[in-house]
Amino acid sequence: MNARIGRLFLVLAVGLVALIGMTTYWQVWARGALEARQSNVRLVYRDLEVDRGAIVTADGVVLADSVPGRLDGRDVFLRRYPEKGLAAQLVGYSSLLAGRAGLERALDPELTGATSDLAGVRNAFDRMRGDTVRGDDVVLRLVAEAQQAAMDGLRAAGGTGSVVVIDPSNGGLLVMASTPTFDPNDGLAGALEAPGSPLLNRATQGLYPPGSTFKVVTAASALDNGVVEVSTEFPAGACIETGGQELCNFNGKDPGEHDFGYALVNSVNTTMASVGIELGEERLEETMAAFGFFKRVPWDYPADQNLASGIYNRRGNQVRPGANVDEARLAIGQERLLATPLQMALVAAAVANGGQVPQPQPVLEVRAPDGTVMRRPGAAFLGRAMTTETAAQLRLLMRQVVDEGTGGAANVEGLDVAGKTGTAETGDDGLNDAWFIGFAPASAPRYAVAVLVERTAGTGGDVAAPIAADVLRALSGS
Amino acid sequence: MSAYLRLPERNRELALLALALVITTAGFAAVQIARAEAFAWSPLIAAALFALAYGAAHVALRLYLPDADPYVLPITAVLAAIGLIEIHRIDPDLARDQGLWIALGLGLFVAVAVAFRDIRRLESLRYTCGALAVLLLLATIVVGTEVNGARLWIRVAGLQIQPGEFAKILLVVFLAGYLRERREVLAAPARRVLGIGIPALRHALPLLILTGAALVLLVAMNDLGSSLLLFAIALSMVYVATGRLLYVGAGLGLFALGGLAALQIAPQVQTRIDGWLDPWPDEQGSAYQIAQSIYTIADGGVAGAGFGRGLILGANGDTIIPYAETDFIYSVIANEMGLLGAAAVVLLYLLLAWRGFRIATQADDGFSKLLASGLAVAVAFQAFVIVGGVVRLLPLTGLTLPFVSYGGSSVTANFAIAALLLCISQRANRERT
Repeated sequence: MNARIGRLFLVLAVGLVALIGMTTYWQVWARGALEARQSNVRLVYRDLEVDRGAIVTADGVVLADSVPGRLDGRDVFLRRYPEKGLAAQLVGYSSLLAGRAGLERALDPELTGATSDLAGVRNAFDRMRGDTVRGDDVVLRLVAEAQQAAMDGLRAAGGTGSVVVIDPSNGGLLVMASTPTFDPNDGLAGALEAPGSPLLNRATQGLYPPGSTFKVVTAASALDNGVVEVSTEFPAGACIETGGQELCNFNGKDPGEHDFGYALVNSVNTTMASVGIELGEERLEETMAAFGFFKRVPWDYPADQNLASGIYNRRGNQVRPGANVDEARLAIGQERLLATPLQMALVAAAVANGGQVPQPQPVLEVRAPDGTVMRRPGAAFLGRAMTTETAAQLRLLMRQVVDEGTGGAANVEGLDVAGKTGTAETGDDGLNDAWFIGFAPASAPRYAVAVLVERTAGTGGDVAAPIAADVLRALSGS
Repeated sequence: MSAYLRLPERNRELALLALALVITTAGFAAVQIARAEAFAWSPLIAAALFALAYGAAHVALRLYLPDADPYVLPITAVLAAIGLIEIHRIDPDLARDQGLWIALGLGLFVAVAVAFRDIRRLESLRYTCGALAVLLLLATIVVGTEVNGARLWIRVAGLQIQPGEFAKILLVVFLAGYLRERREVLAAPARRVLGIGIPALRHALPLLILTGAALVLLVAMNDLGSSLLLFAIALSMVYVATGRLLYVGAGLGLFALGGLAALQIAPQVQTRIDGWLDPWPDEQGSAYQIAQSIYTIADGGVAGAGFGRGLILGANGDTIIPYAETDFIYSVIANEMGLLGAAAVVLLYLLLAWRGFRIATQADDGFSKLLASGLAVAVAFQAFVIVGGVVRLLPLTGLTLPFVSYGGSSVTANFAIAALLLCISQRANRERT
């Protein structure tokens, strides 16, 4: 029997030694690959050991910072969002369970001090010595007071919507508001279930028919291409026929004989549609592309939270330019044309900036823990959307919209606001997406704004324009 | 009195136990330093109580089993200490319970050592043991409570008992007695079919029925691990008794068939097998445990994070791997003690198995040989199956790591096994010297 007992032991010994072999495989051979796997939750826990930099607004309000804590016997840093939902979608979150989004994700290398410059080297030494790695602080261009005015205005207007304000001269992102919002301190479980998709950044992920605000793009194209001049005369009439269908003015109104400037200021659909037909699809889409349509706006923000404005088919896929659309309806912002509030703010900013489209820039400066400025981004431009002359003409016309047209509610005493309203029917009876895009002061613009209120009974002039006024008032301090 | 002090086997045991105490104290201190904000007496008290309980067991061996193997008790001491330290690191409250179980286990150890210091007494109880084993398992099915889809526990007076752990020992006793009795007829059967010897049904039937019943019961409890363990024990013992590989082959065939059937009946088994073959597609879902186990093991590296310094608990205070203190204690050890520590733990089981089989070879009666072999397989194969599961060498099963995992039934039952091995060793050594 003893020989058999010996053989049995041998079999078991082989099995037990195989366990050591397998353990060795994981701990020595496969270790590196496993540590690098994105789904390895240990990566996230390791990140908690970094003293992640703060995110602060231009006027000194802390939007995100890190506080020391203890987790399973180790020192960690926990993320805090003192202003809760003030700019929750823009700032995003850095969470153990939900990962990262928004600027927390886009600026992660700087916030964790993992950039490839000197700071990166310094931090690599800290890590080797076992010292705490400190990330850089980011100061945003955002103005907290104006952001608050935007959030309040959207909430008062009925709930869902977005406000974007850009400095037209350098692209500085002064306001990016989206409602409903959420409190990132509470985790995301509640926000995921909440009505109105609060996690969605409507400024960059919300696609809406731009309605009449798009007439600014049509007008820029028409003037640039010499199809019309501001003084070109157009005939009277409430409706025209296009593509076998009637296209009529708002409320079936007949404007009488009028010039092109009047048509833009008073949002005459029939005239803008005729101009669209004359322009043709190709030239109009060329101008759109110059404004930034058809591709994601390139800026410091996660690509999957940044949708392209353009023409979408019924399945929600973007249609490429030259896809043979009805240019008459495209010219007045219909024909399944969808735009983000950020894109429409860029349209206003291009007019305000003499035709140059500024690139949105959320960051004022990046500061090392010792206060050294690591980076201060300068102005960058996405290209020219129209000539300086065209821009100057549109500035005057858009000033008239606020001065004597549909945008009166956007006016701020002493600020000379210019703009264009838009009211796009949603297809649900009586519910519109209400727009206002504009800039101020009209003579030397410092702010370019886009306001969108989703699914409201009011028009752009009633609902969106007053919010723009509130935000511009907060920005200019008047 | 002085006779009790001049025992070479026991003196060696005492020296090894002292070494185990050093490891225990150092381990507790390491966890304390790594994790606590303030000094606390509790780990030192735990180490002192640990020493006291093992001291008492050692004294009992001096009195009742003076010539028994000196390595078995110290090996269990190191294993139990490592388990206790890691459980303390996960949750001090669980460690308090586990300390109690170890003390209780050592109490059972002494009781078994005293009761069966003449191991032949046990042989006459073989059928009682067999019946009791089946009864225990039946009771689990009838009045048992279900935890995580497996019906393994009975609630008695507020305590959850896992009868399977004890039924395992009773079945080994039964098989040892039974096989000792029928060894000759099973090994050299009178009938031959197609040139292959087939034992008479009346000789093999009780064996088949009991083993089969135990397996059916375990499959009914949805516990693949115990089922696999019992089968391995039965096959090993039949092989040692008869030396006929035919039985082993037939047994393996039967188990393969049973496994295929289990796949049809229990979807949980299929999930486990999918997670074993490739855990990554569903690592957030059904393969979460095994994936986290692998991450935890890999994270330890060669040297380990150190006692109390690994990343074991998540943000919510729970362990990142569910059931880290029971099924996945080896992953925690591999993380904090590294490859060196994990390999040491596996080698301790190898050492324990070696002592068990050595006791089996030294014993001079068939019952003792079979019993010692069966018990050695029970401990070593259980360690193999559960560790194999958490390192993805085998499909994951819900077995405990003997002496190390949290759990009263497991700890006390394994101490009873250690005591039985020492009883057999005492008899063998006494007759040798």
